[in-house]
Amino acid sequence: MHTILRFGVGAMLSAALAAAPMAGASAKDKVKVAFIGPLSGGNASIGVGGRNSADLAVKIRNADPKAKYTYELFSQDDECKPNVGVQVATKAASDPKTVAAIAHYCSAVAMSTVDVYHKFGMPMIVWGAVLPDITYGNDYKEIHRVNGTMVNQNEVAADFMTKQGFKTWVILHDTTDYGKGHNAYFSKFLKEKGGNVLATFGVTADQQDFTAELTKAKELKPDVIYFGGLTPLGVRIRQQMDKLGIKAQFEGVSGIVSAAFIEGLDPKLAEGILAFREGAPVEKLPGGKYFMEQYDKAKYDQGPDAYGAFSFAATTLVLDAIEAVGPNRKKVTEYLSKVQNKDSITGPISFDDHGQNTVAAITKYVIQDGKWVLWEDSEYAAGKRKLAGK
Amino acid sequence: MALLGQYLVNGIMLGTIYALVAVGFTLFFGVLDVIKFSHGDVLMVGAFAGFTAAMAVAAVGISNPVLQLAASVVFALSVTAALGAAIAKWLILPLKHAPRMNILLVTLMLGTALREAVRLFYPDGSNPKAFPALLPTSALTLGDFTLRADSAILVAAGISVIVGLHLLINRTRLGLAIRAVAQDEETARTMGINYALVVLVTFALGSGIAAVAGVMNGLYYNEVNFGMGLLLGLIGFSAAIIGGLGNLYGAILGGFLFAMLQMLGAVAMPFASAYKDVFAFAVVIALMAWKPTGLIPERASERV
Repeated sequence: MHTILRFGVGAMLSAALAAAPMAGASAKDKVKVAFIGPLSGGNASIGVGGRNSADLAVKIRNADPKAKYTYELFSQDDECKPNVGVQVATKAASDPKTVAAIAHYCSAVAMSTVDVYHKFGMPMIVWGAVLPDITYGNDYKEIHRVNGTMVNQNEVAADFMTKQGFKTWVILHDTTDYGKGHNAYFSKFLKEKGGNVLATFGVTADQQDFTAELTKAKELKPDVIYFGGLTPLGVRIRQQMDKLGIKAQFEGVSGIVSAAFIEGLDPKLAEGILAFREGAPVEKLPGGKYFMEQYDKAKYDQGPDAYGAFSFAATTLVLDAIEAVGPNRKKVTEYLSKVQNKDSITGPISFDDHGQNTVAAITKYVIQDGKWVLWEDSEYAAGKRKLAGK
Repeated sequence: MALLGQYLVNGIMLGTIYALVAVGFTLFFGVLDVIKFSHGDVLMVGAFAGFTAAMAVAAVGISNPVLQLAASVVFALSVTAALGAAIAKWLILPLKHAPRMNILLVTLMLGTALREAVRLFYPDGSNPKAFPALLPTSALTLGDFTLRADSAILVAAGISVIVGLHLLINRTRLGLAIRAVAQDEETARTMGINYALVVLVTFALGSGIAAVAGVMNGLYYNEVNFGMGLLLGLIGFSAAIIGGLGNLYGAILGGFLFAMLQMLGAVAMPFASAYKDVFAFAVVIALMAWKPTGLIPERASERV
């Protein structure tokens, strides 16, 4: 029995080996690309969605008989922590077989890893982090970004909120570069539009208790509580607002646009929360339908979440670059810096001098019945439901 | 005025949790003169045990919040009490005659091991878990003042645990034995007190109280995560120190004092509220310089 089995396997193997040069499939060189994002911790749903989307792009390419290489995704968890980010970025960049990286959702992490990619000359495309300084704060030609920055998002937010008739704000933001950036841009645009900031509180990125800040905010009776930060803190602040009986409208930033934010909250508390994000929602993207079809077909155990489409577009772009110029970091970097009006599922990608994609569209979201709904399609815009205090 | 009341309620809530953690530190120091640095992480294990029990009860189809809560508290208490006693038996008692530094180091490392173990081996342990809201959420509102039923129940529960502990220490034979060991180990032994047993019970007791704090913390914030014990442990330790390590009432005072300092740092100081911990710990340092033995110094005759 054993011998027969062994013989059988051996025969199949030798047959396969003999067939290999003709088929050409297994003769392809292996090329690695890295994906880095928060795969654990409070932002994991965004990170895993991004990782799955990158994985999908790689799988689709590997299934393409015309592809010159076989690709392998080297996925790493940055835990949304700058120190861990530097470690895994170094790990990816110091492996010469890894050609490029699709990296980071958390801005604070990206800020500390851009130097690593530059030092190792590894081309990198940001798939989710929104702080402008990641691309504009340096002259590194390795760094690119397919998604927009927080500047436009806050301009639209300030404009929209003042037009809704809100007059006064209390701002809470985390004290990382990310939260501080949101605070700076939102305050600036709000002032231009005539809104009034009553108080600003910086909170640490792992803070548990916000009752002191929120009680102070309650005293000031703002129309809106603005939170510049990520999902885990956003959930806690919204919960504690309710504990203190604060009825103000809750306004967040792109950092809370995630499935985990809604899951973390009682449906009653999530209802009517506003947030703004750059880029159109998946279903409205030029390639959104194709992307979702492929994603569903691959049967991942979790959805792509808010930034999956960007991750897919970034990965596809990296693979295109490697197909065009070969698995060489320098050449891929050069290729990427010349990308203009290149088609992607998120719309045409054009990198400026700093590697920043020039996408302008900002989407306004409101939570309705436990889902992030486009403002324009919501019952709030239609006047059937009212925002807090309206 | 109403807002002052609100700050006070917030502070009392936090203070109760801190006091419960600080009491553990002070109990351990009282009986054995050791500092158990893994205390915060034992608390975290308790919170996770409570969370697991609540989930398990819900999974078998019992949706009565009272039963869920009871299962949660009982399971959390038993797990941490056993853990505390095990730590005392296999780590602390064997090292009793080793330099103090060794116990400090061993428990510090144990804390890290516990933390990482939960992170790695608990299903999906590196992500924060949403602790179910098992208490009624109706609220009493008087102008700007809001008091939620769940907060009130938690504070009442915390204070009754503290009162219960006070009675246990001062009114029972077990308490007498604990006090005797705290005061003089040799004499207590010659009086026929089972020394090892008293130490184990004290550690089980202190750890169980930490579990109560952990479950309270979970119920209050509706969240537990593997790193929650780190800061809570540090705050509890500081509270025990400023209160006077080894003194039960000092620990309680220290817990409330620390919560008030944090409130003050967030609200009344002219700097960003992110610095409230910096402020609170800075005041702790100043207090320690002013009163090195704590606000209520441990007196040999009154050592708990």
